[in-house]
Amino acid sequence: MMHRFANPARFARFAAAATPWTAALTALLFAAGLFLALFASPPDYQQGETVRIMYVHVPSAWMAMFAYVVVAAGSASALVWRHPLGDVVARAASPVGALFTLLALITGSLWGKPMWGAWWVWDARLTSVLVLLFLYMGHIALLNAFDDPARGGRAAAILALAGIVNLPIIKFSVDWWNTLHQPASISRFARPAIDPAILTPLLVMAAAYFAYFVTMLLVRVRAELAEAKLRAARSAVLARG
Amino acid sequence: MEGVLAYLDMGGHGGFIWAAYAAAALVLVGVWVLSWRGLKRSEEELKRLETRLPGARPTGTARGRA
Repeated sequence: MMHRFANPARFARFAAAATPWTAALTALLFAAGLFLALFASPPDYQQGETVRIMYVHVPSAWMAMFAYVVVAAGSASALVWRHPLGDVVARAASPVGALFTLLALITGSLWGKPMWGAWWVWDARLTSVLVLLFLYMGHIALLNAFDDPARGGRAAAILALAGIVNLPIIKFSVDWWNTLHQPASISRFARPAIDPAILTPLLVMAAAYFAYFVTMLLVRVRAELAEAKLRAARSAVLARG
Repeated sequence: MEGVLAYLDMGGHGGFIWAAYAAAALVLVGVWVLSWRGLKRSEEELKRLETRLPGARPTGTARGRA
């Protein structure tokens, strides 16, 4: 798969063909997810109506971490195997991941105030997600800090790989430290602690966010490839006078 | 009408809930629009520059072109 799409022009053609399908899937999943989240699901027996914030908060937090995995994987493939799309994928995914992280923090704050009585607490889960936002910001800043995009890409890739240590800290922070944040309700190894009436809209919204991320990744990778060609074309025009 | 207002009030927490959905909509739609516009802008400028470079290969970013 990696070798098949190692050719940027081939990947651009694939992305252009796939984008309308992933965009349509995103729209369908959001329509279904929002209907379930806002109309069909019941209030929680403890949290009341505020549980509806979970349907936009939890998928944002999941995608914030998943996007970082994509950035780190792209960075690793660029640094280790010099995969021509690795750096491009990391560049394309990073701003989207940063905004997912910001969204997780904003919606978490809007959920925290009515439930905990505080917009923000300096506990391990919230602080480690804030660190994730700073890692994304550092990554984006390094990408744009050099005139030579390859140098910026290398420096940003090293930061992205070093920052991957933050992901298990985010995941396990609610188990390792005392926190106001609730522990994980969904695990691969145990039955979910959520009623199906609440779990279903959560999973549909998570699928919508995932389809959205794939669509944005395809669009932004195409934009990055076009931008790289643009730089080469500008140089050629300048060389011709 | 009262039913609609009661629904929007969300048990007294409507301000928090609708603000969270508004923030999500703003971010997700904003990223979509900016990313799409960035792609179209780059592709159009690329096409314009390629007309000034007669020997250049056509772009592989547009559908159906290699």
